[in-house]
Amino acid sequence: MSAEGHGHDLEHDHEHEHHHKDTFITKYIFTIDHKMIAKQYLISGIVMGVIGVGLSMLFRMQLAWPEESFKVFSFFLGEKFAPNGVMTNDIYLALVTIHGTIMVFFVLTAALSGTFSNLLIPLQIGARDMASGILNMISYWLFFLSSVVMIASLFVEAGPASAGWTIYPPLSALPQAIPGSGMGMTLWLVSMAIFIASSLLGSLNYVVTVINLRTKGMSMTRLPLTIWAFFVTAIIGIISFPVLLSAALLLIMDRSFGTSFFLSDIYIAGEVLHNQGGSPVLFEHLFWFLGHPEVYIVLLPALGITSEVIATNSRKPIFGYRAMIMSILAIAFLSTIVWGHHMFISGMNPFLGSVFTFTTLLIAIPSAVKAFNYITTLWKGNLQLNPAMLFSIGLVSTFITGGLTGIILGDSTLDINVHDTYFVVAHFHLVMGISALYGMFAGIYHWYPKMFGRMLNKNLGYVHFWVTAICAYGVFFPMHFIGMAGLPRRYYTNTNFPLFDDLQNVNVLITTFALIGGAFQLVFLYNFFSSIFYGKKTVQNPWKSNTLEWTAPIEHIHGNWPGEIPEVHRWPYDYSKPGHDDDFVPQNVPMKKEEEVLHH
Amino acid sequence: MTSLLVIIVLVLLAIALWQLTKIFDLSQVGEYRNTTQVADDKDNNTQGYLMFGFLAFIYIFTIYGLIVWGPLVLHTPASVHGPLIDDLMNVTWVLIFIVQAVTQVLLHYFAFKYRGKQGNKALYFADNNKLEVIWSVIPAIVLAGLILFGLYAWTNIMFIEDEEDTVTIELYAQQFNWTARYAGNDNVLGKANVRYIEGINTLGVDVEDPYANDDVVSKELHIPKGKKVHFKMRSQDVLHSAYMPYFRAQMNCVPGMVTEFAFEPTYTTEEYRELPYMVAKVANINAIRAKKSAELVAKGETALDPYEFDFLLLCNKICGASHYNMQMKIIVDTPEDYAKWLKKQTTVTQEVKAEKLASQAPAEGVKTEANAKDTAVITPAKEVKVVMK
Repeated sequence: MSAEGHGHDLEHDHEHEHHHKDTFITKYIFTIDHKMIAKQYLISGIVMGVIGVGLSMLFRMQLAWPEESFKVFSFFLGEKFAPNGVMTNDIYLALVTIHGTIMVFFVLTAALSGTFSNLLIPLQIGARDMASGILNMISYWLFFLSSVVMIASLFVEAGPASAGWTIYPPLSALPQAIPGSGMGMTLWLVSMAIFIASSLLGSLNYVVTVINLRTKGMSMTRLPLTIWAFFVTAIIGIISFPVLLSAALLLIMDRSFGTSFFLSDIYIAGEVLHNQGGSPVLFEHLFWFLGHPEVYIVLLPALGITSEVIATNSRKPIFGYRAMIMSILAIAFLSTIVWGHHMFISGMNPFLGSVFTFTTLLIAIPSAVKAFNYITTLWKGNLQLNPAMLFSIGLVSTFITGGLTGIILGDSTLDINVHDTYFVVAHFHLVMGISALYGMFAGIYHWYPKMFGRMLNKNLGYVHFWVTAICAYGVFFPMHFIGMAGLPRRYYTNTNFPLFDDLQNVNVLITTFALIGGAFQLVFLYNFFSSIFYGKKTVQNPWKSNTLEWTAPIEHIHGNWPGEIPEVHRWPYDYSKPGHDDDFVPQNVPMKKEEEVLHH
Repeated sequence: MTSLLVIIVLVLLAIALWQLTKIFDLSQVGEYRNTTQVADDKDNNTQGYLMFGFLAFIYIFTIYGLIVWGPLVLHTPASVHGPLIDDLMNVTWVLIFIVQAVTQVLLHYFAFKYRGKQGNKALYFADNNKLEVIWSVIPAIVLAGLILFGLYAWTNIMFIEDEEDTVTIELYAQQFNWTARYAGNDNVLGKANVRYIEGINTLGVDVEDPYANDDVVSKELHIPKGKKVHFKMRSQDVLHSAYMPYFRAQMNCVPGMVTEFAFEPTYTTEEYRELPYMVAKVANINAIRAKKSAELVAKGETALDPYEFDFLLLCNKICGASHYNMQMKIIVDTPEDYAKWLKKQTTVTQEVKAEKLASQAPAEGVKTEANAKDTAVITPAKEVKVVMK
C-alpha cells in the first residue's frame, strides 16, 4: 500500500468519526489537546520573541549612537527612562536583563520545547495525546501567567530587574544597589518561580509520555531523533530547574526575610548591613547548575528538529543514528558537570577551574560528532532546499562557528582575559541564540502544515532565511573582535574610555545589521499570520516524510488518528532505501520479506 | 512621530515584499506552475547556488574582519604570564580556523553540490563505524593537547606561592570606584572589615592592628615593573570584577571574601606607550577624536581631549547604574620611581588620626571627647568579635 493511498483511507475513516462537541473555551483556551497547546505555546512564544528582540534593537541603537536622542526611545521607554529621547543608564541595564531573560527562558526554553515537544511527542510516537492532558494545560497556563508577570515587571515605577539575566546577588538582592532590584526584581523572581513550575510539569509529562505511550513496534531505537532530543531535554530540565528554584527561593529569603545565604559584610548607602556569613559564589554555583544545562535545554530540541529536517530533505537516512543518540546522552550528562566554567574567575578555588576546564572541553567531542554526522548526511543526498532545510543547514553553520569559540571560553586560562567581554556575547549568541532560533524556524517551516493545515509561502521563507543568515553573521562575527580588544559587556556606553574609541564604528556596523535583521523578522511574522488564513492548503505529507505525524489526518481531531493507532515496523530514516520505488518508506509500512533491518 | 514613520515604512516594506512574491508567482502562469510551496528543481538550483554564495560571504567576511578589525585586538601583553596566555590563544585560534574553514566548506559545498533534482536518488548510507571513530578520536586527541597546555598555564598563573618575593596590594571595589591599599614595609595588610568604615577610613581598616600602621591608600594604582604584584581583592557592596586586559589579568571582587590574583608587569607605562603598535593605535584613536571634536565644536560644544595611553583597571561584572564608568588608572613605574612615590604617601593610620584630631579640635569639654571615644573605639571593639568569629 502506498503512503498516499493510506492517507486516503484515513480521510475516509475520518468522515465516519464521531465527534464530541467542543465549546470555544475548551477548544481554544482551556484545551487539553496537545496540538492546540503546542499552538498556544508557539503563538505566546512569538509574542514574547517580538518583545525580546525589540528590546535588543533599542539597546543596540544606544550602543551604536551613545547618548543620542531617538524618538523611538521616548516612545517606548517614556520620559522617565528616556528624557528627551536619550536612554538612561538604568533602563539600559533593564533592557539587557529582560532581553536575556525573555529570550533564554520564555522563547528558547518554553516556546521551543513547549511547541515542538507538545506537537510532536504524541504524533511521532503514536499516542492519542500526552500522558496527562490536564497537567499539560496547567503547564501552559502557568507559562502564560509567568509571561504576564514578567511583562508586568516592565511597568514597575522603579523599572524592571536590571542585574543581568544571571541576577547575581548582592546586586539583585539590594534595592539600594540598583533601582531595578526593588519591585522589578520581586516580580522577576515570582515570574521565574511560576515558570519553573510550568517547565517541570511540562517536562515530567514529556518523559512519562515517551516512556509509556509509544505505539506498538516503536522501540527506543526506532524513535525519531526529535523525540530523543525532547526526551533528554526534559530529563535535564527536571534535574536542573529545581536547583534554580531553590536559588530563587533563597534569594527571596535574603531579600525579604533578612537571611544571609548570599550576603556577607556589606556596606552600602552609608550603612553596614547585618548580613554575615553568606556568599554570592554559592548563588553562582546554584544558578549555573541550571544555567549551563539550560544551554542544552535550548539547543538539544533545535538539534533534534534539525536532525529530522535534514534527513527528510536530504532524502537520506540521518548518518550515524546511534552515534547521534549517544552524543545527545553524552552532551546531557556532561552538561550537568561543567557549570563551573562560568565561574573560573569568581574567586572559587583554582583547582576547581582545572576540573571544569577538563569536563567542559570534553563536550566538544560529542558536539563534533554531531556536526560531522550532519555534514555526512548531506553528502550524496538529493537535497530539497525548502526554507526549513535552509534554516537547518544554517543551524549547523552557526553551531560550528559559535561552538568552536567555546574551546576558548571553556579553557580557564584563556577565559581570564575574555571573560565577560563581548567575545562571550558573540559566542553564546551564535551557538545557542541563533542556532536555537534557526532550529525553531526550521521546525515552524517544517511542521506548519501539520499545525495549521496550510503551507507557509516559500519565497517569503527564502527571503527570511537569507537576510537573517547574513545579518546573524554580520552582528555576531565582528563582536568577537571587539571582545578580543577587551571591551566589557553590559556597558551602557564606551565613551568614558577613549581606549575603545576605535571600536565605535564596529558597533555601528553591528547595530546596522541588527536593525536590518530585526526588521526582516516582520517578513516571517507576516508569512506566519497570513498563512494561517490564506496559506495554500497542504497535502497530507507535503515533505514526503517517514514519521508518524504525517499519517494522521490534516484536520486535527482528538486522539490524532481516527481509527487504530498505526503500528511501527521500521526506524524513521528509510529514505532512498534500495528495493523501494518511492524515496521514502514511512515507519508504518511493514518490512518486505528479507529486507535489511537496521534498527530494532 | 519618527517611530510611527519607521513602523509605516516597515509595513510598506512588508507589503512590497508580499506583492513581489505575488508577481513572482503570477509570472509563472502558463509556463510551469508550482504553488505547493514545496521546493522544486528550480528552487533547489537557486538555493544551492545561494548556499555556495553564502560560503563565499563567510570567507570574505572573515578575511575582511581579520584585516580591518584584527589590529584592534589586544596584543603585546604587559605581564610575565601574558605571553603564555597569548601563545595558548594563538594555538587555539589556528585550530579553530582550520576546523572552521574545512567544515564550512564541506557543509555549504555539499548543500550546493547535492542540490535536489527530480529523478535523482540519494545514497542510502546510514552508518560507518570507521568514519565515526575517526571523528571522535581526532577531536579527542586534539582536545587532550589543548587541555594539557591549558592546565599547565592555569596552574602556573593561578597558584600563588607564599614564599615568593611579592608586593602585596589590596584592590578595594565599591560602587563605582576602585581604591588600592599598599601593605607597606611589612608587606602585610592590616585587618579590615566593612564594620570599621567611618569617615576617611572608607576601606574599613582596623587601625588598632599593628600591621595596618604602614598601610597606604591610593586612588591611583602604582605598581613596580619587574616585581610580582600580589593583589588581594575585596568588595564592600556588590560583585565587581577587576579587569586589567593589558596584563591578561582578571578576578572577581566578592563581598565577604578576599580573592587573589598575581602578576609581574614587564613594561613601564612609558615603555608601553612607545611600542610601535601602541603609537599607531593612539594616533588612530586621536584621529577619530579629532574628527568628533570638529563636529562637537561646530555644534558649539567643547572639544574632546587628545588621548594618551594608560593602563586601566576596569570593572567587568555588572555592578549597578554606573558600571560603565568604574575605572582606575594603573601606572607601572620603575622600581625606583615606585619606591619614591610610595614614600610620599601618608599611611591610613596617620590619615585617621588627623581626621580625629580635626573633628575634636572645635569640640571642648570632656563629654564630647567621651562621645567621640564611644563611636571611634568602643563600637568597633565590640564588633571585632563578630569579624574574628
